[in-house]
Amino acid sequence: MIRKKAYENRKVVMIGIIVLTGFILVARLFYVQLINDKYLLSAANNVLRYMTQYPARGNVFDRNKNLMVYNETAYDLMVTPRLVQKIDTLEFCHLIGITKEEFKKKMIRARNYSSYRASVFEEQISKGNFGFIEEKLFKFTGFYVQPRTLRKYPRPTAAHILGYVGEVNPQDIEANPYYKQGDYIGKSGLEKSYEEVIRGKKGLKIKMVDVFNREKGNYMEGKYDTVAIPGNDLYVTIDAELQAYGELLMQNKRGSIVAIEPSTGEILALISSPTYDPNLLIGRVRSKNYNMLSTDTLKPLFNRALLAQYPPGSTFKLVDALIGQQEEVLTTETRYSCGGVGSSPIKCSHNHYSPLNLVEAIEQSCNPYFWNVFRSIIDNRKYKSTTEAYMTWREYVMSFNLGKTFNSDMTVERSGNVPDPACYDKYFGKNSWRSLTIRSLSIGQGVLLVTPLQLAKVTAIIANRGYYYVPHLVRAIGVDGRIIVKNWERKNTMVSQRYFLPVIEGMFRVFNAGHGTARYYSSDSIQMCGKTGTVQNPHGKDHSIFLAFAPKDNPKIAITVIVENAGFGSTYAAPIATLMINKYILREFEKPWFEEKILNTNLNLPN
Amino acid sequence: MKSRTNIGKNIDWWLVTIYLVMVFLGWISIYAAVYDEDHKSILDLSQNYGRQLLFIATSFVLALVILLTDTKFFSAFAFPIYILLLFFLVGVLIFGKEIGGSRSWFQIGAFSLQPAEFAKFATNLAVAKYLSSLNMDLKKLKPVLRSALILAIPSLLIFMQNDTGSALVYSSFVFVLYREGLPGEVLVIIFSLIVLFVLALLVKPIFVIGGLGLVTAILIYLSRRNIRNMATLVLILIIASAYVESVSYGFNHFLEPHQQSRINVLLGKDTDVQGAGYNVHQSLIAIGSGGFKGKGFLNGTQTKFNFVPEQSTDFIFCTVGEEWGFVGSMVVVGLFIALLIRLIILSERQRSQFSRIYGYGVVSILFFHFMVNIAMTLGLFPVIGIPLPYFSYGGSSLWSFTILLFIFIKLDSYRLNVL
Repeated sequence: MIRKKAYENRKVVMIGIIVLTGFILVARLFYVQLINDKYLLSAANNVLRYMTQYPARGNVFDRNKNLMVYNETAYDLMVTPRLVQKIDTLEFCHLIGITKEEFKKKMIRARNYSSYRASVFEEQISKGNFGFIEEKLFKFTGFYVQPRTLRKYPRPTAAHILGYVGEVNPQDIEANPYYKQGDYIGKSGLEKSYEEVIRGKKGLKIKMVDVFNREKGNYMEGKYDTVAIPGNDLYVTIDAELQAYGELLMQNKRGSIVAIEPSTGEILALISSPTYDPNLLIGRVRSKNYNMLSTDTLKPLFNRALLAQYPPGSTFKLVDALIGQQEEVLTTETRYSCGGVGSSPIKCSHNHYSPLNLVEAIEQSCNPYFWNVFRSIIDNRKYKSTTEAYMTWREYVMSFNLGKTFNSDMTVERSGNVPDPACYDKYFGKNSWRSLTIRSLSIGQGVLLVTPLQLAKVTAIIANRGYYYVPHLVRAIGVDGRIIVKNWERKNTMVSQRYFLPVIEGMFRVFNAGHGTARYYSSDSIQMCGKTGTVQNPHGKDHSIFLAFAPKDNPKIAITVIVENAGFGSTYAAPIATLMINKYILREFEKPWFEEKILNTNLNLPN
Repeated sequence: MKSRTNIGKNIDWWLVTIYLVMVFLGWISIYAAVYDEDHKSILDLSQNYGRQLLFIATSFVLALVILLTDTKFFSAFAFPIYILLLFFLVGVLIFGKEIGGSRSWFQIGAFSLQPAEFAKFATNLAVAKYLSSLNMDLKKLKPVLRSALILAIPSLLIFMQNDTGSALVYSSFVFVLYREGLPGEVLVIIFSLIVLFVLALLVKPIFVIGGLGLVTAILIYLSRRNIRNMATLVLILIIASAYVESVSYGFNHFLEPHQQSRINVLLGKDTDVQGAGYNVHQSLIAIGSGGFKGKGFLNGTQTKFNFVPEQSTDFIFCTVGEEWGFVGSMVVVGLFIALLIRLIILSERQRSQFSRIYGYGVVSILFFHFMVNIAMTLGLFPVIGIPLPYFSYGGSSLWSFTILLFIFIKLDSYRLNVL
């Protein structure tokens, strides 16, 4: 066994390594157990309690610095199952206000989560009793109270805009490890789209707790503690009073109102009706109320202003009027007759003399006129084919931001639909369709779809005479008190400024001329411009739409109102828009005769 | 006619005693770790300590069976046993149950078996058999590669189960190879690689390379008369620098975030006491608060309230540290060192190569577990799932370590019969 002898010395190396390792371990043990008292908990057998410090979520202020959302402290009852010794269950249940069965269920749930980590036993214990409960908690080891904040709304408005806050789900935790089970996260609206801005940063306090459940001080004098950083406040563009007024006007009706400040793109009001009281979705009552709201057939949780899509109806004539002028197939003097031969293929729904010029046609919303405008755009000899003309027309339309989405600070949006030539090709056959085939587009019907927000944007474009700023909800974020304003882009349309003037004149006459479709609602103190729309739809009565802006020069507000299944644009949408404009510009005003009628109308009753 | 009456003779009772003491201490530690007011009886089968007793009893049966088996069985069937375990390792990847991110267990009725544990002694047998063949020379490359292969296959299969800790165990066999002739330089190189690895993660690679450059420059100056040495030094510097860079790169690009955090916590770069650092932090608190004498049996608060996760398995040493203090910890460390040194002494006195090599295998495997596990609880090593032999709760673990040891006891008891 030559080999054996040759390497026998190596056993020394082996033993050496083993002994050396042993020494290292012993030295480390010596250090950890005898020298460094960092790890030593005092003789009173303390245990450590990890208390998350929940930061205050950012407040939300409206454009006039009124508070729209703030925080209220609530107290969760936490439990660490492993620490729960024999307790007087009956007394405990009586103290907290739960039954014995509920107690058992909650303990099982806590144990399933972890027997040595704390979890929420009971959410938001009654505020009145909190002090009393905390005093008595020493009898029940393993339980303690953890403060946190809940959202509170001074006024029950703007629920869709603000959104709500709920507990994180496993996907949220997986996506971002900052969140732990039991944390809150914004689920919709601004709470969600600005979550990272307003949530702040959690802190941590590690406390030593003795066997009698009494806090004995900070672990390591707070060396591992971190301070919670409150979230940034949001300053939104909404005018809370205007918003509340609009919601009041829209009660018992379905539809939406969108109001924008044209010069900046700031959204003054965004109303979807039916709406709901945001206080319903807070804390303990949230699940129950959420279920109730989500099963309501009128869909109060659905944000119609951003997501509902409608054909624009007669309001779309404005866009064609602009395109026609830009394409030079239309001037202010162009006239088309609407009686006799002119009443085909589209009939006029209003009674007026004929033929009308452009301004008058807008004032009186003449269908055959705009059919001819549309035809002249599509049949323009300049283009080699209908498809080519249509695509140019479509490009114009999309420059008004219809048929596509934009990047803003809202969580959801729809693009509407401006049909692609391919869609007509498929339906009618390639190159087999003409302007006559797609004539419904000329009066804003057919497969053309827009959202209320998009229509409001179009209104703002006209108010501005040719451009718009991306509509947004937040003007500033308060960081340590400094206000930071984001810069939003200005977007131009493809139509020159001078072509907007006749359209505006027409819209002015809608209110102020003898045959204007909204002449009953004109105001002496404000110069308003508007356009009615009555949208046919397969589900029932026509939708009532109205666009407006005021004052005519230097407009301050551009507004769109849509009331579902309400008949003529002038019956409901126009007066509502007018009232909103009055409210915004005048603040206090003498209530016109139609206000009471609007407030008391209930369109949701079966007829 | 080696009759049954000879079993008692020649068995090394030191080994058996240490084994029994450890198993017993392990058992009562588990009791303390899992102690529950509602289940006070130490024999309660629904609790870990009751079950561990069952495992202990069955281990005694296994030990007895091994002692009754003909010694030649082990060397004769070394390779078949090894191949069989490889089959099981493949099988568990397909049929196994997934627990805690790794697919390493077979579930048979109420029992779970972990083939990775049994693969340890099986590989030991195979290595011993291979290295004991005639004309084995570990200074040549082919035998080294073949040995590496015998080790690499099970290691890789276990790695595929996502059980990195158990896969790393096989690296400890380098000591066996060293004792059988593997050039010492290999050991030095491996040691340097480890040191560089740690340095590469602790400080920026640039600084490490800078430091290496400095050392190389000094060495080059010292051997400036010898061109060949200088060239070699430069070559080593280049290779070392590339290694350092790739370690850093690999860490940042190939490791999962949770693995990165564990290593960062170890290096002291990350003190997230609620996240990745939680286990180690709790462990240190438990052990640290044991002080000199410990808090006393069943009085460990961290233990009692289960603040240390995995306390009856990977972190069992915490119970020792907290309840028996520095004194108790030293006793346990001392027991392991005594066991290992005794094993080395016995291995050296073997006449059969197979027995000696196998013995060194036992030493290496146990050393790796003992060192890594305790270092882990003390925050000296990243947390990988390695049990403390004979202490940690677990059937597969206890059985396989018992088999591992008792095969050697049997081989040793027979040493005088070898020509």
